[in-house]
Amino acid sequence: MAESIAALRTSPVAHLAERMRDATVTGARGVTLTEWPYITMVNLRVDPSSEAADRIEKTLGTPLPQRCGHTAASGPHTVVWLGPDEWLLLSQAETAAVAAELQEALAGDPGSVVDVSANRTTLELSGPAARQVLEKGCPLDLHPRAFGPGQAVSTTVGPVAVLLWQIDDAPTYRLLPRSSFADYLARWLIDAMSEYRGPAIP
Amino acid sequence: MLLIDCPWCGPRDETEYHYGGQAHVPYPETPAELTDEQWARYVFYRDNPKGPFAERWMHSIGCRRWFNVLRDTATHEVLTSYRLDAPRPGGTDV
Repeated sequence: MAESIAALRTSPVAHLAERMRDATVTGARGVTLTEWPYITMVNLRVDPSSEAADRIEKTLGTPLPQRCGHTAASGPHTVVWLGPDEWLLLSQAETAAVAAELQEALAGDPGSVVDVSANRTTLELSGPAARQVLEKGCPLDLHPRAFGPGQAVSTTVGPVAVLLWQIDDAPTYRLLPRSSFADYLARWLIDAMSEYRGPAIP
Repeated sequence: MLLIDCPWCGPRDETEYHYGGQAHVPYPETPAELTDEQWARYVFYRDNPKGPFAERWMHSIGCRRWFNVLRDTATHEVLTSYRLDAPRPGGTDV
């Protein structure tokens, strides 16, 4: 049953796949935009000093990040800091299994484990010009001295609230907007990318 | 544009926050015994100082936590920010 439903789902920007492909810019000012749909996301809330948090850390195989911007990776999982007692678990593993595992680790203690996989989608912006594209609409300092691989923060790109996560030095960024804002954000990024097709204006 | 220091996330632009009005307005201890005038005073009456003013802000785009900010209403300078469980820096909870 679950598999047949999975086959029917449509990602929030599936209808823009072709336009995102066409927007690809190559060369020294290259930048690409792709979607990574259906990544498992579990919202986790628990007091970080509690025993339940210890059990969850043991289940995940990594300590929960304690500061804004920090992430922790372990096998198929990446844990992103959302707040002093709130995390988002991104995972390649199967949603129901991950949620059940964490629910068991929480064991009824104060806190929550909620499957929010459909809440957001993932857009990946990569290439030498990726930072310049984001800087058109992101109020954060994205210069390497202030923001680097493995960091993830909640912020805005244009008017859209996103979770912005840098993967590597290419630079590659993953933007996680809420599903209903993904269409607008993808179009915003496609528009912002178009200028890098031509030569740099001195 | 104000640059506000979130106690958890650090300095961020004003656009990431929501304003929450005057800070340190305690809920009445005996709400059932209040007169209409006292209720009106609690609900609607707020200070309007020229100078440092303690107010509540919420980092709605970031960590979604409420905290307090001490801001100069004449110069818009953000003097400091502190958590809800901390007293107002420099005393006088008004």
